[in-house]
Amino acid sequence: MRGMRVLSILAGLAGLANAGAAHAIAWYFQTPASGIARDIDQLHQYIMWLIIVIFIGVFGFMFWSVYAHRKSKGHQAEQFHENTTVEILWTVIPAIILVIIAWPVTKTVIAQKDTSAPDLTIKVTGYQWKWGYDYIKGEGEGISFLSTLATPRDQIEGNAPKGENYLLEVDNEVVVPVGKKVRVIVTAADVIHAWWIPAFGAKQDAIPGFLRDIWFRAEETGTFRGQCTELCGKEHAFMPIVVRVVSPEDYSKWVGERKKVMSASAEDASKTWSVDELLARGEKVYAANCVACHQGTGRGVPPAFPPLAGSKVVNGPEEGQIDTVLNGRPGTAMAAFGKQLSDTDIAAVITFTRKSWGNKASEVQPAEVKERRK
Amino acid sequence: MSAVVHGHDHAHGHGDHHGGYSGIMRWITTTNHKDIGTLYLWFSFIMFGIGGLMAVGIRLELFSPGLQWTNPDFFNQLTTMHGLIMVFGAIMPVFVGFANWQIPMMIGAPDMAFARLNNWSFWLLPFAATLLVLSFFMPGGAPGVGWTMYAPLTVQMGIGMDLTIFAVHILGMSSILGSINIITTILNMRAPGMTLMKMPLFVWTWLITAYLLVAAMPVLAGAVTMTLTDRHFGTTFFNAAGGGDPVLYQHIFWFFGHPEVYIIALPGFGVISQVIPAFSRKPLFGYASMVYATSAIAILSFIVWAHHMYTVGMPVTGQLFFMYATTLIAVPTGVKVFNWVATMWKGSLTFETPMLFALGFLFMFTLGGFTGLVLSLVLIDIQLHDTYYVVAHFHYVMVAGALFAAFAGVYFWLPKWTGRMYDERLGKLHFWLTLIFFNMIFFVQHFLGLAGMPRRIPDYPLMFETWNAISSIGAFGMGLAQLLFLYIVVKCIRSGEKAPQKPWEGADSLEWTHLPTPAPYHSFETQPVVK
Repeated sequence: MRGMRVLSILAGLAGLANAGAAHAIAWYFQTPASGIARDIDQLHQYIMWLIIVIFIGVFGFMFWSVYAHRKSKGHQAEQFHENTTVEILWTVIPAIILVIIAWPVTKTVIAQKDTSAPDLTIKVTGYQWKWGYDYIKGEGEGISFLSTLATPRDQIEGNAPKGENYLLEVDNEVVVPVGKKVRVIVTAADVIHAWWIPAFGAKQDAIPGFLRDIWFRAEETGTFRGQCTELCGKEHAFMPIVVRVVSPEDYSKWVGERKKVMSASAEDASKTWSVDELLARGEKVYAANCVACHQGTGRGVPPAFPPLAGSKVVNGPEEGQIDTVLNGRPGTAMAAFGKQLSDTDIAAVITFTRKSWGNKASEVQPAEVKERRK
Repeated sequence: MSAVVHGHDHAHGHGDHHGGYSGIMRWITTTNHKDIGTLYLWFSFIMFGIGGLMAVGIRLELFSPGLQWTNPDFFNQLTTMHGLIMVFGAIMPVFVGFANWQIPMMIGAPDMAFARLNNWSFWLLPFAATLLVLSFFMPGGAPGVGWTMYAPLTVQMGIGMDLTIFAVHILGMSSILGSINIITTILNMRAPGMTLMKMPLFVWTWLITAYLLVAAMPVLAGAVTMTLTDRHFGTTFFNAAGGGDPVLYQHIFWFFGHPEVYIIALPGFGVISQVIPAFSRKPLFGYASMVYATSAIAILSFIVWAHHMYTVGMPVTGQLFFMYATTLIAVPTGVKVFNWVATMWKGSLTFETPMLFALGFLFMFTLGGFTGLVLSLVLIDIQLHDTYYVVAHFHYVMVAGALFAAFAGVYFWLPKWTGRMYDERLGKLHFWLTLIFFNMIFFVQHFLGLAGMPRRIPDYPLMFETWNAISSIGAFGMGLAQLLFLYIVVKCIRSGEKAPQKPWEGADSLEWTHLPTPAPYHSFETQPVVK
């Protein structure tokens, strides 16, 4: 472990030496892919030039003073200490500059707030620590899925080389059609998160219990990546946002595929699963939803994130564990997964935990989960 | 006031002036403004060390991508406690230390107005600091919620959160008591002839700061108390399910939080306004406009709070109002910067360590002010909110602003406090090391923020690697450079050369013109007359 750490420092130093070879050094806004993002970029450049000019002006005076009015050069101090004209001027002129700055910003702020008449409306829900997406109006209405980090834990913990989109890749990307106005309604289920795609200039805090909205119109196809920007607990760094912008035809195709997947999973719930099937599926569900807190070893990080190996709840009656997973534990990081996961997924993951790390409890079928939901 | 009149050059015996105690009891029971000032200064330096160690831990983790040294939970605890300890434990107390030492000497008073209250204001602090540090050892550790302690994440935390809440209560009480003392001292104990508009600017900035503290600290206490009752007593102030609103917390917090920025900055402005004229050998330019600008900043600071919250989804009129009000602060702040530069203009400048730190302050605080202007613009802020750009911005204000001003003040007054000169060569070295490493840490963080790196993350995508590595190396260097500062101060106290009454040619406030060096224990036992 210590060896790994020293290696990581060496790797960092090596990264300094040949940075740019492997990864471009990012130092400015991502290339804008929406009108608002372009406005932000242009405004920022305009302000920066203004600031640089003022900065050079003011500190030109200071450094001239530092250079010319030194005692060591024999400069005698003059004793003036006020000048009303100058003082009024340097109060009024900055005020005028501020008005010049504020005017173009005001226009864009109003435009950025106008979420009316969208072509597509998507509701985004922040969870600890993943995003839920519901397409609620427009083409694709009814599509609903969760989006979790796809980067393997091995890469994060330094046991595998880091991939190109390290921490910026998810299992289910949000797909939207190019050139269409997309309204994003943002909320959260537990704590405050923030949904952000830099290339669209779209950022909105996700506030539990409240709906807020923003909009964007992507101007080109491609994949755009962002991260959660409001501290939301332990795995705040590990819930990225990925939006794939596609042509209207590809979008229709994607909608068709998604609908098929959704109707298939609805059928799952009615059949009885074998233990092996449940275990295989449960392992995946566990990796996507539980591993961050309860860990791959099932030992958790006590006391905030309790162990599942040997746990009384996990080895106890099925109903107790189903209720915990469905409803969560208020006041702790244990989320209510009833709203996020299907009956099959919940049954699978419960079965997985009841039969792993030395636990030897009975399996749980989707029908039992469905029963407890009532 | 003392009935016995001493001459200023009278040598005092120690025993009868340090109260009845010696050793540790002297410090615990002291009611003397200088002793208490010293306690504040050492306390804040210790906290600066602890908070700094946490910063080094943060930068160590961020040196390269992946998780190496901490787990995400502990990382959040580090960022939270680094913020709280630096703001409430280091930067605020250091300026109260200055106030204690300097205000009585600068207004011609023997001591602070409420001597016992003064003792109590200080001795609350170690208890609060202990609670903060102790929270790391509670089940679940320290709170990992950020120094802003946003609801409802606070509800998920362990008992460490409660310790932090009580610590904030105690810190707030200490600040309020200290402020009442400062206001009373300044308004009632000035020497004959020292009208308000003749006070040194440092005293003015503290008078205004003390009012800000009295107004703002109870608001913070309210916010954390509501958090406490939400956690334990079934209230739902910040829980929508019970009719509350998580964003309400942010409104209350920042109604305290923005004045807090000026609580930290204004005393620093005061120090700079003493140092620059002294080393320019020229009176402060625009004294009256400085006082008005400081007051204007203080008043405006109460109507700009929601610029910290542009992304919560407030109405467009709200965004515009807070944007206009915020940009307005640039006007009085600009006036101050122009006045400082005009003070130097056609002076007779020398560049001893206090002046170097003052110039460093002026240059980089203005830079932080400009990035503040960038962030005040709603649209750009939406892109930069909660990224490293914000981290860079407020460290330029807090470190290059407040901390540099504090260093300028320490080097400026150290001869008066200890009776000895510090090592000028080492002082200058300390300045240059701090300046270079500071910019190495934080200048590159502007790039990280622009490129989209969120703050408060223990691990990051690969495109941010280079700047993070540079930033971390800067942090290690800056940490080491502060050990040099400790060495300089200790060396000065133990073996510095004897300092004259007025080592700085251009200094003109009462502590230099009327008091011997080192300053006598009871400052002015007979009031000087100011013409």
